Amino acid sequence: MCKINPVEKTPLPTRFVTIQRGRLEVAGNDVTMHFIQFLVVIALALIANPLTNGVFFTANNFTNLMRQMTTTGLLSLGMLFVILAGGVDLSVGSIVGFSAIIAAGATVNWGFPVWVSFLLGIVTGACWGLISGSLVAWFKLAPFVVTLAMMTFIRGLIYVYSEIAISTRAIPSFTALGSAVVFGIPISTMIMAIFFVIGAVFLNRTPLGRSTIAIGGNRETVRLAGISVEKGIITTYVISGICAGVGGIMLASRLGNIQPSLGGSHELDAIAACVIGGANLAGGKGTVQGTVMGVLILAVMNNLLSLRNVEPYWQWVLKGMIIIAVVLLHSRSQKRG
Amino acid sequence: MSLVLREIRKSYGRAEVLRGVSLGAGYGQVVAIVGANGAGKSTLIKILAGAVPKDSGDLELDGRPLELKGPRDAIRQGICTVYQELSLVTELSVAENLLMGVLPKRRGLIDWSAARARAKEILTSIRFDAIDPAAKIRDLSIAKQQMVEIAKALVSKPRILVLDEPSAVLSGSDLDSLYDLVVQLRDQGTLVLYVSHRLKEVLNLADRVVVMKDGQFVAELDPKEATEDDIITLMAGRQIEAIYPERREGSGVPTLTVGRLTRVGEFDDVSFQLRSGEILSIFGLVGSGRSELVETIFGARRPHSGSISIGGVAKRFNAPANAIKTGLALVTEDRQRTGLVLGLKVCENINLATMHGLLLSMASRRFDSELMINKLSIKPERCRNMEAWQLSGGNQQKVVISKWLLTNPSILILDEPTRGVDMATRVDIYQKIDELAVTGISILMVSSDLTEAVSMADRVLVMRNGRVVKELDAARTSEDEVLAYAIGGHYV
Repeated sequence: MCKINPVEKTPLPTRFVTIQRGRLEVAGNDVTMHFIQFLVVIALALIANPLTNGVFFTANNFTNLMRQMTTTGLLSLGMLFVILAGGVDLSVGSIVGFSAIIAAGATVNWGFPVWVSFLLGIVTGACWGLISGSLVAWFKLAPFVVTLAMMTFIRGLIYVYSEIAISTRAIPSFTALGSAVVFGIPISTMIMAIFFVIGAVFLNRTPLGRSTIAIGGNRETVRLAGISVEKGIITTYVISGICAGVGGIMLASRLGNIQPSLGGSHELDAIAACVIGGANLAGGKGTVQGTVMGVLILAVMNNLLSLRNVEPYWQWVLKGMIIIAVVLLHSRSQKRG
Repeated sequence: MSLVLREIRKSYGRAEVLRGVSLGAGYGQVVAIVGANGAGKSTLIKILAGAVPKDSGDLELDGRPLELKGPRDAIRQGICTVYQELSLVTELSVAENLLMGVLPKRRGLIDWSAARARAKEILTSIRFDAIDPAAKIRDLSIAKQQMVEIAKALVSKPRILVLDEPSAVLSGSDLDSLYDLVVQLRDQGTLVLYVSHRLKEVLNLADRVVVMKDGQFVAELDPKEATEDDIITLMAGRQIEAIYPERREGSGVPTLTVGRLTRVGEFDDVSFQLRSGEILSIFGLVGSGRSELVETIFGARRPHSGSISIGGVAKRFNAPANAIKTGLALVTEDRQRTGLVLGLKVCENINLATMHGLLLSMASRRFDSELMINKLSIKPERCRNMEAWQLSGGNQQKVVISKWLLTNPSILILDEPTRGVDMATRVDIYQKIDELAVTGISILMVSSDLTEAVSMADRVLVMRNGRVVKELDAARTSEDEVLAYAIGGHYV
């Protein structure tokens, strides 16, 4: 057997925080990008205040802002895993709609207890992820195509189930989750935060999480290292599906009136948040912290523009420009060599 | 002096790769640059090609300062570079690749017959006429692809040609045509900068040999007087007594038995036995089915028939994971494609095959990677948090080997363990392999380096066209004999 004799430990980099050649490093990790993103959030918030005549920095607005970013945040977290493993999940917007409408329908039409309906919404989300993931992993189909088809398929099913909106306003226990606020922080946002913490631990501290990143970097190397690539890929889609399911429940609970079109184009916001957060669509690069920043940047911007009463169409135009600007910033700061 | 480099410096992050390189070279010379992996050769080449910017220093061409903002500038100035990695478009024909951007047209459409004729002309002028201009690149052998790559660089008639390890994938008559070409170009007045690990070839071919070490030129040798040992000593910065370790005595019980293993079209009816503490090398020309064979043993491919048994127990591996559990490890042939995740940190790569359990212990991951970096002297020392692509080839190879050593294998399979690895690093790797064998690990080594295959091993299996044609006792055979069996001649 191979004998490995312990050697004296080499001295590790001594300083915890270093700045060298324009790169900021904390404990050996390059965090230049997160620092830039953080500055963008601060800058947005600072210009937001005067622009909104002080409305931005009010407790009420913060509660609102947090509530608005919950669903996008959850979708972005799930999307991050899929993107890390080299895929993309376009079906999450439809899953949001499906989970929302199935939970509402189960409560209103079938008389299920609210918690069972919520669970049903989340489980169906996971199932959709399982299907997408299996098609991508086992049948080696392109993630873009598979999830595009799933997006259409699931949206179709929603309309088959209900062409009209389902209202849950009459059921207080259904809307409690979306409206409850503790110390000015919505419960739904706390749940999102818990998901992010679990996500970060999973990604950084578990073999499955680490192999997700490695799969996006080089599939064949990972396979030859004795790790199941298929399991890794399917896991990411299931996570994405669960996140979308939970996001759908949160949204349903907040709105109380569930349109069959709910969640449309949410997948694009999720992808945008990941990309703004520094994830590489080719896979293998991205962090939970970055994604949090991406979600924050998008949320603050949306909030700011709505408070200024900017027309939604102009909001889209501006959003597009910001995405390009942030991504440009990344590519400048990340240039190799 | 037509090309002058003065005090060229370059750093990647914290790692200083070039620390003041100066060189002057005139037209009509072959200047060989040799150095260990990580000495900075590749970076120097990339700077000359305009692919990466230098941090400081001056380039001068024909007495005028040379500013390279991108590869285009370099080509326009007559500096063409052939990299180790091929850059051809594999789905297109030889002619299209050669004439990319300058395809002849007639009435706005591509004139295919003229294009082929022009390509044929180019190939003939450099005596590469064995290559069909109409063939698709992917149908050509790696050796032929390499030759197309060189031909492509010559289309624009460069005054300075930079060749990075052009001979690494060539053998036999292809090598001879490469050497002829280099001499021909030199006689026509081209400056050829020739990077190679093959010291014998460097000494025969070059007019000047420049030795690079740790980002600097440390010596210039006259190839007429210098010996291989001189170069190795300069490259390593130390005297290397013997390249290959001394032969060990005896070997133990059979650990791996392969019986009549077959994968149709790849290898056929292969049987052999591997003992503990033994080094068995498999030699064969490229395409003889060696890599496919070891990948099958490792469970990465399924055999069509035949048996594999480990320690006397028959095994069927559905996936590499099962093979790893049984104590197998495979250092693959192509470290960039199948050995590393280039975008991940070195420590992640080292730990890739040993991630178990529910939660990973960050401390033990750090300890394991530091341990391996130390044991295999991976350079630079503080590379744990560097990404794998930032390391040089030889050090990348050591990272791959580290990954597998951490799995505590009882059978270690090495597929071309020293491809593109410099002499000093090679010696390190050979020594490590030998140490492992002494501790009782069985080693199966695929090699296309004849000397390595014979000198490292206890026994040599010779493969040809997917079949094991001969098993030889390494102590009693010769390189000539092994080669004779590999190419199908009869040894007398």
